[in-house]
Formats: sequence, C-alpha cells, structure tokens
Amino acid sequence: MSEFILKARDLNKFYTQRSGRFGFGTTQVKALDNVSLELRHASTLAVVGESGSGKSTLARCLLQLQTLDSGSVFFQGRDLADLPSSELRRQRRHLQMIFQDPFASLNPRMKVGEIVEEGLLIHDLGHKDERYEKALKMLERVGLSESDMKKYPHEFSGGQRQRIGIARALVLSPKVVVCDEPVSALDVSIQAQILLLLKELQHEMSLSYIFISHDLRVVRHIADEIAVMHQGRIVETGSIHEVYESPKQEYTQNLLKAIPGQKRQVA
Amino acid sequence: MTELLKIEELTVAPANASDRKLVNMVSFSIKPGRTTCVVGESGSGKSLTALSVMGLLSKQLVRTHGRVLFQGKDLASLSPEEMRKIRGRQIGMIFQEPMTSLNPVLTIGFQIGEPLTEHLGYKGNELKTMVGELLEQVGIPAHRANSYPDELSGGQRQRVMIAMSIACKPLMLIADEPTTALDVTVQSQILNLLDGLKASMNMGMLLITHDFGVVSDVADDVVVMFRGNVVEAGPVAEVLNNPQHPYTKALLDCVPDVAGLKPLKPIDYAWLNESKVPA
Repeated sequence: MSEFILKARDLNKFYTQRSGRFGFGTTQVKALDNVSLELRHASTLAVVGESGSGKSTLARCLLQLQTLDSGSVFFQGRDLADLPSSELRRQRRHLQMIFQDPFASLNPRMKVGEIVEEGLLIHDLGHKDERYEKALKMLERVGLSESDMKKYPHEFSGGQRQRIGIARALVLSPKVVVCDEPVSALDVSIQAQILLLLKELQHEMSLSYIFISHDLRVVRHIADEIAVMHQGRIVETGSIHEVYESPKQEYTQNLLKAIPGQKRQVA
Repeated sequence: MTELLKIEELTVAPANASDRKLVNMVSFSIKPGRTTCVVGESGSGKSLTALSVMGLLSKQLVRTHGRVLFQGKDLASLSPEEMRKIRGRQIGMIFQEPMTSLNPVLTIGFQIGEPLTEHLGYKGNELKTMVGELLEQVGIPAHRANSYPDELSGGQRQRVMIAMSIACKPLMLIADEPTTALDVTVQSQILNLLDGLKASMNMGMLLITHDFGVVSDVADDVVVMFRGNVVEAGPVAEVLNNPQHPYTKALLDCVPDVAGLKPLKPIDYAWLNESKVPA
C-alpha cells in the first residue's frame, strides 16, 4: 500500500454568483483553485484558513459530496470519480465526516442508537443484534452509555452530541475521516476532551484525518502536517513544526501573528 | 472614588425559582482606562452579569440581591427614562453577533447617527460629519455611511457596532464576546482598535470572553466565573501566571498553547464537584 491514503490533484471548483446592479450579471468565484494535497496513512493533515478561504468546499469535494469542475481525488490509488456509483457508495463507508455543528448535524427525530446504527444498516453490515452491539460498543468507547441509545439528540449537551457525531462516523471503521471544524462550537474544556478522544481513536483504529479548522492553536496540538488556504489556493504546506517555526509565506506569518495570547508572555 | 462601575453581591435567579442562582454574589469593579475581562465557560453566568448591569435581563430573570453602582449611583434606583439616558450615552454596549445586531433596512450611517441625535441632539450636516469621523475612527471609509449592513463583511459590521457604541463617548464600554464570530486576523484588528479607543478616551471596559488568549492580550484585570460564582479575580498577570483556584488552573490547562508544548488536560468535573468547588 502506498504511503498516501488520499491524494487530491489539481482540484478546481467555481461558484457562479449573481452580480451587477440588478443581479443580471454573473461572476465566477474560485472556491478551489488548483488545490493538490496528500494525506499520509494514519496521520492528520490540517487545512487551515479564514472564512471564505474554501476549506469547507475542499472537505466536501474530497468526499465527493460536491462535484468538482476539474481535478481528481484518489483514495487508495483509485480515482473516486471513475468509480461506478454503486462502488462509490460502497467506498463511502471508508470515507466519513465529522461536522462542525453538533446541533445541526444529528437528526432530531431519531434516537441516538438509530443514528449510530444507520450507517451499518445502509452498508448492510451485520445482523440486527450485531449492529446493536457495534453501535453500543462505539458509543461506550466515546463515553456514552447503553441508556443513552434510547434518547434523542436534544437531550445531550454540545460536547456529548459531538461524541455522538464521532461515534456515527467511526462505527463504520472508516479509513479517512474529514473533520470539519469539529471543536469550534465547544467550550475549551470540552474542546480538549474531544481533541484527546480524536487522537486516541486515531491510534486505536489507525485513522487518517483531514482536520479543517480556523484555530491555529488547536491545529498545533492535533495535526502532523498543515496546509494553509487563502482565497481558494493552498499557499503553504509542510510539517506542523516547519510551518509554525518558520512560515515562508507572508499570509501564514500574519495568520500566526494574529493568534491571541502572544502579546504578553504567559507561563 | 476611583471605580467607574461597582458590582456588589449581584445575584440573579429565575423569577419562579429564586433559589436556583444563575449569578451568585458576584462582586467586582471597573476603573477608568482599564479593561476587566470576565472569562468562563458557557453557562457560567458571564453574559447574565453584563445584561444585569445594563438592566437588560429578560422578564423571566430577576436580580434577587446586590447592587450595581455606576459612578456611585445605584442603577436599580433609576427610572426607566433615566436608565435610557445612561444606556448608550454613558455606557456603550457591543454584542457578539455582528450579523444580527444591526437593522438590515437602515444604512449604517443612520444607525451610527441615531444615538447622537437621541442623546446629544446632533442634526443635519454636523451629524453627517460626526458619523463620517466615527467611521474613519474604526477604519471604515466615511463614504460607506450609505451602505446597508448586508454590504459589509463580518469584521466591518463589528466595527460599525463599535462606532455606534462609542458615538456618544461613553465612560464605559461593555463588550460581550465582540470577536468570537470573527476570523483571527480580524479579531486581532478589532481588539487592537478597542484597546486604542480605551486608551485615547480613558474608557473603562468590561469585556466578556471565553478565550484566554484574548484575556492575556487585552485585560488589565480578570474575573473568572464558574457556575455563577466568581472563583478568582485579580490583575491579569497574577491570575494567568499564578492561578490560585483549582478551577482556574484546570481551565488554563485545557487551553491549547501556540507553541504546542503543553499537553492538553481536560477539566475533571467529577473531581471539581467532589472537592466542593466553588466553596
């Protein structure tokens, strides 16, 4: 197996926007502009950037949740766009996503047990009892209990919901998990819990993460490599150490300088 | 008298359950030209404290105990009209959501000018000049006065909010998570702007935040809140470098540092409960 589990080459994605006085004109917004990246097996690649930099579009395009205008995404050496739709659906269990907003990404009308089991059901993995067992084990792993399976999402706090979101994604034993701002809606103490949980699960299940974030302090703690996005382009990539210690691009330097908490030296 | 604002034993509870204290015996004060940061997790009561100072609590909540003194005057003893004169005139406010706290059908120039007309009676060309100056002061070209909020970015809208709140040169500014919804680079610009205005106008500032990075950059004094109680308060360097309370220590331990050297340590709430924190 190649060292890289996921590769993206020359991704382009345009959005058409209405413009002009009465919205009759159109302009093209480049959400992704020749974006290429490589994700090493069992490592974490952080994609950072400010709002509007295209990082969420990248997340969705990598998972084929949005169509690309050009470019290809290779998962374990196979171009996802070339796969027949039935095969792509089969591959999706290996490509999962953890969303930002734990309040919006869980179906309010489904019980937590059903939410976590649903992926297993769709991918036809195991019988009823096996599915239940798997979902239970996963939920227990992320810190919830059997009695929680009968509850609805609104009965949980933000941090607990994010745990449910993680269980939902990981119950399928995926290979690549795209985390789109998984901790930005959480308090710092809960954020630390979730980050540690994600790290532990990465080791246990040898997961490869694409970690989308705007918070450079969080990224420093979780990622091995980093790609900095600005206006749809990746302006700088490298190992976490390289980029934080000696950023080459002015944009990255400014971004690092803007992290709060650096004006005064606090032990 | 050096304190601009003095909060004494402030206690807030739901009207129908007065023993469920959401803010419990909170006391601290704000001095002119100094920034006090109230920091805490969600549900710690930090926003309620700010709203209570302004007399903007929702009807379901009541202040059951304590006083808020502004320049020595008890704000609760004022009539609604007198309170309105203080609000916006002497105490400015900035809210978290720059997207929702501006009126979408009025130009930003009109909205910035409104407190000037209301409190100080400015009109016509004079008003227009004042609004232009305020916009320039927060880094927006004066000709943008005719723009509507939807034509501005999030950072610009927050600047408009700041221009509105400092229009009448208030003695004090209350800012509730003013940069939480913004990108880091914009956040640092806004914080620098607030810091500069505070210094040039000798304003006292009450800044509510959950971000210790922000605290260490702009605060002079810090108040740490946990479950409605103040667990620790003091000058910023003391609290951050030498926290005394176990909750403050725990909270600081779970903040990721820029250097990435410190291991993350989530708060052990069970332990906090057992050790009967807060006392």
